[in-house]
Amino acid sequence: MNVAVPSQLRDYTGGHAQVEARGATLAELLADLDRRYPGMRFRMIDEQDRIRRHIRIFVNQEQARDLGAALAANDEVVIVGALSGG
Amino acid sequence: MPKTKTRKGTPRPASGSVTLLIGTRKGAFFIRSDRARRSWTLAGPHFLGHIVNHVVLDPRDGKTLLCAARAGHLGPTVFRSTDRGRTWKEAQLPPAFPKAAAGEKGLTVDHVFWLTPGHASELGVWYAGVSPPGLFRSEDGGVSWEGVAGFNANPMRLAWIGGEQEQGPPGGATLHSINVDSRDARHLYIGISIGGVFESSDRGASWRPLNQGCAADFLPVKDPEYGHDVHCMRLHPLAPDRLYQQNHCGIYRLDRPAERWTRIGNAMPKAIGDIGFPMVLHPRDLDTVWVFPMDGGTVWPRVSPGGKPAAYLSRDGGRSWHRQDRGLPRKQGWFTVKRQAMCADARDPVGVYFGTTSGEVWMGANGGARWSCIARHLPEIYAVEAVTA
Repeated sequence: MNVAVPSQLRDYTGGHAQVEARGATLAELLADLDRRYPGMRFRMIDEQDRIRRHIRIFVNQEQARDLGAALAANDEVVIVGALSGG
Repeated sequence: MPKTKTRKGTPRPASGSVTLLIGTRKGAFFIRSDRARRSWTLAGPHFLGHIVNHVVLDPRDGKTLLCAARAGHLGPTVFRSTDRGRTWKEAQLPPAFPKAAAGEKGLTVDHVFWLTPGHASELGVWYAGVSPPGLFRSEDGGVSWEGVAGFNANPMRLAWIGGEQEQGPPGGATLHSINVDSRDARHLYIGISIGGVFESSDRGASWRPLNQGCAADFLPVKDPEYGHDVHCMRLHPLAPDRLYQQNHCGIYRLDRPAERWTRIGNAMPKAIGDIGFPMVLHPRDLDTVWVFPMDGGTVWPRVSPGGKPAAYLSRDGGRSWHRQDRGLPRKQGWFTVKRQAMCADARDPVGVYFGTTSGEVWMGANGGARWSCIARHLPEIYAVEAVTA
């Protein structure tokens, strides 16, 4: 499926804003992303498998709250860097 | 400052250029001198936009650099270079606490705060201190990191650090000041803010508090065993029984095997006090140290006292202190120097350096006798390490 990658993580994807990855759940998708782009997952997901405080992940425009979210082949996944302040 | 009287066995001073490794709130920078240390060239930024808490060169090979970084949006990591910063790769397994069992709340590394190369006999070994307080070790030059269970899983850890704090001190409660005994790779000291000084004689498998004599005025207990607020602790590499400590309440010295710290900050001028963050050692003279006092009164402004920044030098192990402010702002200088942001080079006479919260780097020529600003307009500076060619 197609994954939109925010600018903060494009060092891992060779500058690509859209990448392909596979998985039946968000956890599997992130594991696949990490295989393709080593190190990327830990910058988004902490060691307790929680989505980091300033990262949001949307599946078909709905915010995913944990990594158990089920995915279908045609789903659209958007990763967002979310941080406010000066 | 007169040339140092050296003891037998003391290495000869370095004679080459000096490179300062600067960690800032917005990236890493290098500042390199000419051989005379009169001209300085700024290079960078590396990792623009990353919060860089520490950049350290491995003295064992002279080319491996580790950089503790995180970005505002992204989790913490360690970057490594094996060519003195020309190219970088990310650690394959950055420091991370173990995954908690189902139903338990596990720890999460917020940021890697401190980096220390291991013993000279253990090539590739590094230690990292993190926030919340945790200790990690790498045996492959920083490629992969594993928690030191003797500390991180110690049944006393929570008591030592006063519980997990959602809102600790500015920047978060952290483990830092990792010191390895130059005679014995198994013998380690660490400092924790808040927690105190701890010692291990078995490479981190077990730890014990080492805080006797240190004040912890903010605690209701008189002379507690732990819970102190270490700001910076240094073990002299040439005299590894000599420890110096700048903490939240004062400046201290400990000569092992003694167990009780002596408050050498009592000899500081009363109007200045002995609160600050950094503690800097002379590379060859165990009795020469520098501190950079800050205002720890009222609401803890954490700025130079009275807006008049100055370093203080002791050449007698803390029995007396001498103000060094020549060249620094005479008034309205309100910057702070953080705990990793002051260091000395290995030349003779020694150059002393500090970076400020307002993004300036200052050099104290001739052991701090005269200061000059060698870089400005940088982001808030967190760390300054000197590498002497």
